[in-house]
Amino acid sequence: MWFEQVMFFAAAIGALGGALGVVLMRNPFYSVLSLVIHLVALAVLFLLLTAAFLAAAQVVVYAGAVMVLYIFVVAYIGGQDEALRPDDSLVSSFGPLFAVAIGIELCIALIGSGLGALDSRGPDVGPGFGSPEAIGALLLQRFLVPFEAASYLLLVAAVGAVVLARRRRGIPPEDEPGPPAAETLEVRV
Amino acid sequence: MDVIWFLVLSAFIFCIGATGVIVRRDPLVVLLCLELMLNAGNLALIAFARMHGNQAGQVFALVVMVIAACEVVIGLGIIVAMYRNRLRIDVDEMSELRG
Amino acid sequence: MSATDYGWLILAFPVVGMLVVSLGWRVLPGRTAGWIASLAIGLSFLASVGALVDLQDHPHDERSLVDSAWTYVATAGVDVDMAILIDPLSVFMCLVVSGVSFLIHVYSVAYMGGDRGYARYFAYLNYFVFSMLLLVLAANFILLIVGWAFVGAASYLLISFWYRRQTAVYAGIKAFVMNVIGDVGLVIAAFLLLDETGTLSYAGVFESAGEAFGRNDGTLVAACLLILVGAFAKSAQLPLHTWLPDAMEGPTPVSALIHAATMVTAGVYLIARTFPLFELAPTAADVSAIIATATLLFAATVALVVTDLKRIIAYSTISQIGYMILGVSVAAYGAGLFHLMTHAFFKALLFMGAGSVIGAMAGIQDVDRMGGFRRAMPFTFVTFTIGALALAAFPLTAGFFSKDEVLAFALNRGGGFVVLALVGYLAAALTGFYAFRMVFRVFWGDPVPEARELEGGHVAHGAPMNPMTGEAEDTDVGFPGPEHTVAERSWPMKAAMGPLALLALVGGIVGVPALTDTLETFLEPTFEDSRYIADHPSEGAEWAGLGAGGLIALCAIAVAYLLYVRRPGTTLRLADRFAAVHRFLVHKWYFDELYDAVFVRPMATAGSFGRRVVETEFVQGFIVGGATGIVRAGTSLARTIQTGFLRGYALMLLLGIAALSLYFLISSA
Repeated sequence: MWFEQVMFFAAAIGALGGALGVVLMRNPFYSVLSLVIHLVALAVLFLLLTAAFLAAAQVVVYAGAVMVLYIFVVAYIGGQDEALRPDDSLVSSFGPLFAVAIGIELCIALIGSGLGALDSRGPDVGPGFGSPEAIGALLLQRFLVPFEAASYLLLVAAVGAVVLARRRRGIPPEDEPGPPAAETLEVRV
Repeated sequence: MDVIWFLVLSAFIFCIGATGVIVRRDPLVVLLCLELMLNAGNLALIAFARMHGNQAGQVFALVVMVIAACEVVIGLGIIVAMYRNRLRIDVDEMSELRG
Repeated sequence: MSATDYGWLILAFPVVGMLVVSLGWRVLPGRTAGWIASLAIGLSFLASVGALVDLQDHPHDERSLVDSAWTYVATAGVDVDMAILIDPLSVFMCLVVSGVSFLIHVYSVAYMGGDRGYARYFAYLNYFVFSMLLLVLAANFILLIVGWAFVGAASYLLISFWYRRQTAVYAGIKAFVMNVIGDVGLVIAAFLLLDETGTLSYAGVFESAGEAFGRNDGTLVAACLLILVGAFAKSAQLPLHTWLPDAMEGPTPVSALIHAATMVTAGVYLIARTFPLFELAPTAADVSAIIATATLLFAATVALVVTDLKRIIAYSTISQIGYMILGVSVAAYGAGLFHLMTHAFFKALLFMGAGSVIGAMAGIQDVDRMGGFRRAMPFTFVTFTIGALALAAFPLTAGFFSKDEVLAFALNRGGGFVVLALVGYLAAALTGFYAFRMVFRVFWGDPVPEARELEGGHVAHGAPMNPMTGEAEDTDVGFPGPEHTVAERSWPMKAAMGPLALLALVGGIVGVPALTDTLETFLEPTFEDSRYIADHPSEGAEWAGLGAGGLIALCAIAVAYLLYVRRPGTTLRLADRFAAVHRFLVHKWYFDELYDAVFVRPMATAGSFGRRVVETEFVQGFIVGGATGIVRAGTSLARTIQTGFLRGYALMLLLGIAALSLYFLISSA
């Protein structure tokens, strides 16, 4: 029991810290790394909630693949530090206020909620709860259509990404920011 | 731990993410904060799945992850396109859709 | 074929003619449209004769036949069907209308020869004849009103036939507006009658009038006065007469047909048809007689001084219709309708002659510029003079028997009617004078250049222009054509004028008192319920009246001869000496100016006020502008949200979620 609580707090601190890091860091590269930490902490929290498969998916897919993609892009873009223009707009002043307001409202809602089950750990679940077999069975039986739809969505996203980021014919290589023209390996699509 | 702890944590992460979306001007970081909010939602889903003993919540969270991945892909594609067209990578600069 | 079948044929032929001409105007070559239209009316006339023959086959009491084509409304309160009535009065009117129309159609075939709107003219003319026949054959007030309105529309179309001429357009509008005033009166009258008697058919109304109304009942008098409003508007009596002289802007055959022989007599027909009502409301009949007499005197005085040839004849029409209405108002129905018939003959003839003269003058209508056409236009001269003799009631012409019979009946009624009859004799003197004023001015004296040209062998030619204002025109669509026809050179015109001249001379034969009361006997079945049916002047009184009338006519013609032939220039000197009177008469007793000041200007001011203030400022500016202004202001307020600023939108989202959650939190607490 105490192990669980210690793990929880450790993971919680990690998650919160990572989140704050994402928001507060100037350099976007550091923000990405901060998010990775956050994601790993979240995976631990998933484990605490007997969602083993999801914890693994989180680490492998999210932290492993999506964030790596992110790092590639940040490296490509160059990530200029945010010193463009002093940001004194109303938005930046009031934004945090409303976010805090939402946070307070959510906490009131949760803590003051009449749902009794919130104050428990949930029912005793069997050993297969959250295991790959169980999730897989659900995906292929009860949630087949959402599963297929999600894969369709992935296809659309992939095509969209290719279309968005491809090099248009006709743009002379000299206009492209990047390595000097002599060493350019052009990949015409 | 009681389920409520996880939910409160999820609320905090959500709010931090929301703050980040509004405050930051680099679109890459805005997308990252968006990821934070999605993850907070995932955490809440899985907490409720544990509370009800129903794995449907976990499947839901899986699908949310898929969607988040797709969204990141497209978002990054847009940012790369912006970079290629020599636009400034600043969310405030892109305000042509005004009324 | 029964009489009512003939009745439907009478109506059908002009409709078919109109359709053929109007739909086929592109393909009909040359003057075919005119001949087709004339044929249609000719067939209609033959059908009228057929109806007459068949009607006379019926026994004396059964000469009122109604045939219904279709029931329009059949409810507990109202029963209206599309029905025609064949009785002596309607057959008489059909014969006169279709007969004279046929001759005028034939005349028009030649007269409107070069006009670009030839087919349109004949389509309109056929439409007019159809409307007039419908009016006359109607068996209930509804069809009467339909025919009444159609006739007004046809009049408008034909008056402003040369629609590019501004004066013609204004004249058409004036005629139409005044006709509508009459229409309103007629409709309200029909409603009042419906209200009290519960029916709209003639038979129903006339039969129940006796029970529904007492003698001189207020409602009945009101209804009759409103009928009079309608009749006076259509027949151009005081005070709704100002449109008829202006209506001379239309082509001359139109003036002949509509504004002399047929449409303007619709008022007379109406009063004759509704005679049971007028006999039950003597007040209205008296009002009618007085106004008619005033009109006939007024018009005769104005005809003494106006200088446009067609307008002299127009005023004479107003005057003669005054006689007819006087006749039917003093219950001299036979006499009044007899005068209607003879007037149709000689007035149409006069207009046709005037058309010929105007053609010789290359479009000029001013009598002061005419003279000496006797040698150049013998046929026109003879026929015109015959017409003028009939108008003046020269002994033994048709006009003599009809007009003086009306006055004899009026004298016979006694009381106040004697005064009216005396005024009628005075006006008859004036009539004789101005009729021959026309004859002597146009045909006597030294030939004017146009007459000399015609004697030389060719018709005069002038630049096309508006005869009233003198402004230049062209001869394309909407204006008169370039050709000017003269009767001497055109056999259709001669074919039309000849029979009319003959009828104007011998037409009186149907009404010679005590010898041939043909017309009165013929019309008797219609009027036998009149309480004055036996109120006939004695034979001696009638011949005395006729004698007096003939004497007056001869004197008037002699005076005219004196002033215009023997001592030319006398009238000018008289005009100078009595300049104020002359001016008063030339301005037509200032009626136009009066109406302008009382009606036209206030309406124009109200209209322009309405446009300036109510329409432009209030409705456009305040209501429309206000409404759109509010919407614009609101939307531009709402537009400020759309900044294109992404973070702003995100903030709005957050704000919305925060507010919503707050609401739900509070409402669930």
